[in-house]
Amino acid sequence: MRDFVSGLSSIVANIGAVALFLFRILGQVPQALLRFRLVVHQVHNAGALSLVIVMTCGLFVGMVLGLQGYDLLQRFGSESSLGTGAALALAKELGPVITALLFAGRAGTSLASEIGLMRATDQLVAMEIMAVDPFRRVVAPRFIGGVIAMPLLTMIFIAIGIFGVQLIGVQQLGVDQGTFWSQMRGSVDVDDIMQGLIKGVVFGIACSLIAVYEGYTAEPTAEGVGRATTRTVVNSAVLILILDYMITAVML
Amino acid sequence: MQQTRATEIVTGAFVLFGFAALFFLVTQITNKDFSVSNNGGYQLVANFENIGSLKVGAPVSMSGVTVGRVESIAYDQDAYKAVVRMHISSQYNRIPDDSDASIMTAGLLGGQYIGVTAGGSDKYFKDGGKFAVVQDALVLENLINQLVASFAGKKSDSAEESK
Repeated sequence: MRDFVSGLSSIVANIGAVALFLFRILGQVPQALLRFRLVVHQVHNAGALSLVIVMTCGLFVGMVLGLQGYDLLQRFGSESSLGTGAALALAKELGPVITALLFAGRAGTSLASEIGLMRATDQLVAMEIMAVDPFRRVVAPRFIGGVIAMPLLTMIFIAIGIFGVQLIGVQQLGVDQGTFWSQMRGSVDVDDIMQGLIKGVVFGIACSLIAVYEGYTAEPTAEGVGRATTRTVVNSAVLILILDYMITAVML
Repeated sequence: MQQTRATEIVTGAFVLFGFAALFFLVTQITNKDFSVSNNGGYQLVANFENIGSLKVGAPVSMSGVTVGRVESIAYDQDAYKAVVRMHISSQYNRIPDDSDASIMTAGLLGGQYIGVTAGGSDKYFKDGGKFAVVQDALVLENLINQLVASFAGKKSDSAEESK
């Protein structure tokens, strides 16, 4: 019972600490945006360097959707709905969620371990001594970079995924090209794409926040940095799936 | 310095690529028409009693080839009919003016589209031309009603015969 209470209170305390951390970052956002070079550099780190993995995964997720969707739909004789089904699945669910999981693995870990190592090697302390706010100089640009990169990666994932569906469905399995596209256009709304975009933004905030928080609060040892990196991936993945359910429930 | 420049170029390309993907999704995947392909072509009109679930953007096809799209659907309160305006691509400018338009369904669960069957006239439709012969959407309930009615009719016939 005592363990339970202390466990619960530590969870609540953790959530509070993360929320305070977020507010502290948000306070530094205007100043960080003035140093645009730093933000650009972080968009490069989090976004451009994740491009290859996101595009590869998008293509293969799209291709497998093409195969599975075709197999499912041809049982009802409605292969022509393949475009609609795949596009909706990609835009509303698979695109944002898989991109966010990849983002947590590729960019989140690199953020956490980078900031954690700065902590372990006393670089953050050194900055404070030089009267440089590490929040402004290190944390906020990385957070903004992640938040900017994530929705863009999501859109790229969805577009490449639809190309993958088209590759398998139309080129290989012989769904009519015109029907594929016109059915998709007929029943996919701008709102559906916007739902994907909103999810991308929210997941970007969640992943980047967890990554910079875990890195910043890492124990200043090699082991501590390792643990912070692991926690970043695990917590991000769990939070993404929970948030995904909540956003879907609200927006559907 | 060279290093930063390269980073910036790569980042810029990434951001542009992301927005290109968003633009592609919004314009190509959804039915929002940003009048990219709307240049040229002409309009045809058809009045239907019942259009079923025909939607704006549905294809207009001749012999299975899409020649245009449904541009607008309105209800004419004087004639009590649905007015469907179609946009036909300019390359298909020789549709006989006695052709007929019917609303058809693609597959069992597919969307509805307008099928145009060419007539025999040697005059062609001009901009704003109107289909004289139309065939309404097949409403499943009406069909079933007719079927039931005809069965019932047969039954009473056979009942009378047996008397």
